[in-house]
Amino acid sequence: MKIGAPKEVVAGEARVALTPESAVQLQKLGFDCLVETGAGMAAGFSDAAYAAAGVRVVDTAEALWREADVVVKVRGPEEDEARRLREGQTLISFFWPAQNPELLELCRSRGARVLAMDMVPRISRAQKMDALSSMANIAGYRAVIEAGNHFGRFFTGQITAAGKVPPARVLVVGAGVAGLAAIGTATSLGAITYAFDVRPEVAEQIESMGAEFVFLEFEEAQDGAATGGYAAPSSPEFREKQLARFREMAPEIDIVITTALIPGRDAPRLWLEDMVLAMKTGSVVVDLAAEKGGNCELTVADEKVVSENGVTIIGYTDFPSRMAAQSSTLYANNIRHMLSDLTPGRDGQVVHDMEDDVIRGSTVAFDGEITYPPPPPKVAAIAAAKPREKPKELTPEEKRAREREAFRKQSRNQITLLASGGALMLLLGQVAPPSFMAHFMVFALACFVGYQVIWNVSHSLHTPLMAVTNAISSIIVLGAILQIGSGNQIVVALAAISVLMATINIVGGFMVTRRMLAMFQKS
Amino acid sequence: MLGQGFVSAAAISATVLFILSLGGLSNQETAKRAVWYGIVGMAIAVIFTALGPGIDRYALMGAMVVVGAVIGWIVARRVGMTDMPQLVAALHSFVGLAAVFVALNADMERLRVLAARAAGESMDTFSAFAALVATKGPDEILFLQIEISLAIFIGAITFSGSVIAYGKLAGRVTAMPKQLPGGHVLNAVAAVASLALIVVYLVGGEFWVLLALSALALFIGYHLIMGIGGADMPVVVSMLNSYSGWTAAAIGFTLGNDLLIVTGALVGSSGAILSYIMCRAMNRKFINVILGGFGGATGPAQAIEGEQVGIDADGVAASLNEADSVVIVPGYGMAVAQAQQSVAELTRKLRDRGKNVRFAIHPVAGRLPGHMNVLLAEARVPYDIVLEMDEINEDFPRTDVVIVIGSNDIVNPAAQDDPNSPIAGMPVLEVWKAKQVFVSKRGQGTGYSGIENPLFFRENTRMFYGDAKKSVDALLPLLD
Repeated sequence: MKIGAPKEVVAGEARVALTPESAVQLQKLGFDCLVETGAGMAAGFSDAAYAAAGVRVVDTAEALWREADVVVKVRGPEEDEARRLREGQTLISFFWPAQNPELLELCRSRGARVLAMDMVPRISRAQKMDALSSMANIAGYRAVIEAGNHFGRFFTGQITAAGKVPPARVLVVGAGVAGLAAIGTATSLGAITYAFDVRPEVAEQIESMGAEFVFLEFEEAQDGAATGGYAAPSSPEFREKQLARFREMAPEIDIVITTALIPGRDAPRLWLEDMVLAMKTGSVVVDLAAEKGGNCELTVADEKVVSENGVTIIGYTDFPSRMAAQSSTLYANNIRHMLSDLTPGRDGQVVHDMEDDVIRGSTVAFDGEITYPPPPPKVAAIAAAKPREKPKELTPEEKRAREREAFRKQSRNQITLLASGGALMLLLGQVAPPSFMAHFMVFALACFVGYQVIWNVSHSLHTPLMAVTNAISSIIVLGAILQIGSGNQIVVALAAISVLMATINIVGGFMVTRRMLAMFQKS
Repeated sequence: MLGQGFVSAAAISATVLFILSLGGLSNQETAKRAVWYGIVGMAIAVIFTALGPGIDRYALMGAMVVVGAVIGWIVARRVGMTDMPQLVAALHSFVGLAAVFVALNADMERLRVLAARAAGESMDTFSAFAALVATKGPDEILFLQIEISLAIFIGAITFSGSVIAYGKLAGRVTAMPKQLPGGHVLNAVAAVASLALIVVYLVGGEFWVLLALSALALFIGYHLIMGIGGADMPVVVSMLNSYSGWTAAAIGFTLGNDLLIVTGALVGSSGAILSYIMCRAMNRKFINVILGGFGGATGPAQAIEGEQVGIDADGVAASLNEADSVVIVPGYGMAVAQAQQSVAELTRKLRDRGKNVRFAIHPVAGRLPGHMNVLLAEARVPYDIVLEMDEINEDFPRTDVVIVIGSNDIVNPAAQDDPNSPIAGMPVLEVWKAKQVFVSKRGQGTGYSGIENPLFFRENTRMFYGDAKKSVDALLPLLD
């Protein structure tokens, strides 16, 4: 079957759904690849590069749509494009079926199968084709870079000969994929980064990226996992609390990056006008939710505006497209993984298995039927994180009391042990002959010495320790030597065998220890 | 012929040398000297005892020593470092058997002396150990009997247990826990019967009772160790090590020889401490390990979601090329695949490129305490980059790549996350905190404890399936 990638028709869209690299992989799956001439130009992939990777370059979009069995795109189809679809043809692209019901109806009427990359379920198995995440990752990175572009200072704090530079303070609101990517980028540039999210279970992820989680004291904890890993709308009280916290932080923050989105709704308003006005001149707000109305009240989608107090508010919606080479590579890989799941036989034949959770979830139109919305996936997204137990801070008195208690307990244990041991010895001394008691004292002392000495042995030398102790436990040879002079022949024979065995042990044990120890060397 | 004073003086110096020898093992440099202390101590002990009063038959003794020394020398030269666990187990069995023989001898001498006493013969005709017995009074004879029976009991358990441990470690006996019908009840019955036999022996003093006792103890040793699985062998081997010490001490009491008592006690406490360290590393009670099986699961284990994602050598090599800090976690799988040389080569290559490569060793990795250290040392990995669990656990969050080679339970996050897990509370290496984890593993099976490892399903984990040696060898040419 043939896979074709047309040139994106939306103005300013620089990405492409097929790269020479992904084409090579697709050919391994048994597909032939087509690309419209100039499709990859804006992302830095020339027609020649495609041709070198074995991709046939087609002159017109029309010819490509006619020839390809599977069309892969970035943006959802425009109306003209959708009209080109034919029965049995498969389209894979972003689609946003909830927002585009007419387009969906049109595709259905053409009898095409449509897989929406934005509908890939958020389960672990489908991560490799989760284009939203890979685009969000890029957007998060780019958001910091854009912010840096408009921010007049360093991110990292420096002490130079010319004076001290304070580090930039960055607040990331919403720790989804984009938020985490932004945190990672900001911290690696050296900024002091704070992050907020309504889902307390992401606190660990935030901290692992090097940011500080902005903690809200709030009773009713949300379980973000119930909504498939996305955030749910929060209660008015929670929102109030959250806004109050932001208001408090606003004067300190140099850069705000908002990424808060709730599926199927407008973006929540989290950074209000008064917060922008409270920020220092020269600060930057990057609103990654601009397409959905923006998290910041002053955001204008697709534009950069400057507030009256000199705060730059960036509302671009095309961050991934601004890094077309990177985003095309990742998106094309997502598409490739999707196609590899669609061709279980690796024979270039698409098998559209509607029983498969991932394929079923992504398919929005199938053989003249609308299959959106899909049934809920069988597997839950992320396990609910257990609330983290905070160890209670002890007051110095409590601590001292506890230490004293521990010390007392230890002393009590030791004294009991010594006393009972002593009593036992006393009892034994009553019945045992004196010669035995003399030996017993030696024995007890030796145990004690052994106990003190062995604890110091390095863990890495435990094997040599066993070999040495094994060799010296063959001291039993002395017993055999003492007996070998006996007048009884059986005794002599057994003693001789014992001498033999013990000697094997002594020589073998020491030799092998020496061999092992000789191997240990310093670098 | 030297006097008793000489022998005693020699015994004191031998004792001191033995203690120095064990104490010297506290670090790698002094250890090389420590082993010489041990050798010299042993030589002094043997030579002066042999030259002491009442010793005879030097020709036979000398022949046995020469033959034994040659055998021991050959074995020690030939054994591979991966075979070290079975060698140690096999050597323990010799101590056990020798102890049984010496104890049986002691009883035969006792019977001869008693017979002679009953017949009113002169005590002067006795030589060697019999001469010492002849000087003992009735209560001393009773204590002698107690000591003999203890020596036989512990010695026989050590012998048969070590033989089975050897078999398991060498792969000649199945490594799976296996018990006769009746399980531990059988062991308990045998133990009670042994106690009864000891009482019978103390009262009647007949020789056949000791033989029966040996047979019973042999059975206990066999059955006890058969019921313990392969991965618990570090505990078993250290326990047997301890027993071989106690049995030497018991013989020392029997023969009235302080040198034997001291040395036996040193070895015994050493083995006991090692067993304790191993058990603590698994967060299990000694009894629980010895009686086999994992207890303590209190509910259903947490469900694991996601899938194990495989990766090929190219992917691993690419990550390694980019990484600055790498930690390698070896386990028994590395020993099985004999991959230590390849791993060492990998380490050398990575270190030559200026990367910080370290090894993280869990106390129970392998089949012998410290097994991994010896294997890595054999492959010439410098010991200062081989770290213990406590030394390296904090560094994982700052580590770029962790390579887990043939270990499973010791890197299982369920031990910390899932209170219902059978290994809950066991200290583990927190490899999942690293940026990227590669797990070299033969297939998708579970570890020794039979529980799933959520690590394999984590997002930052990639499974590098295949034989450990082949996998690592495949990586080597790909590093630039």
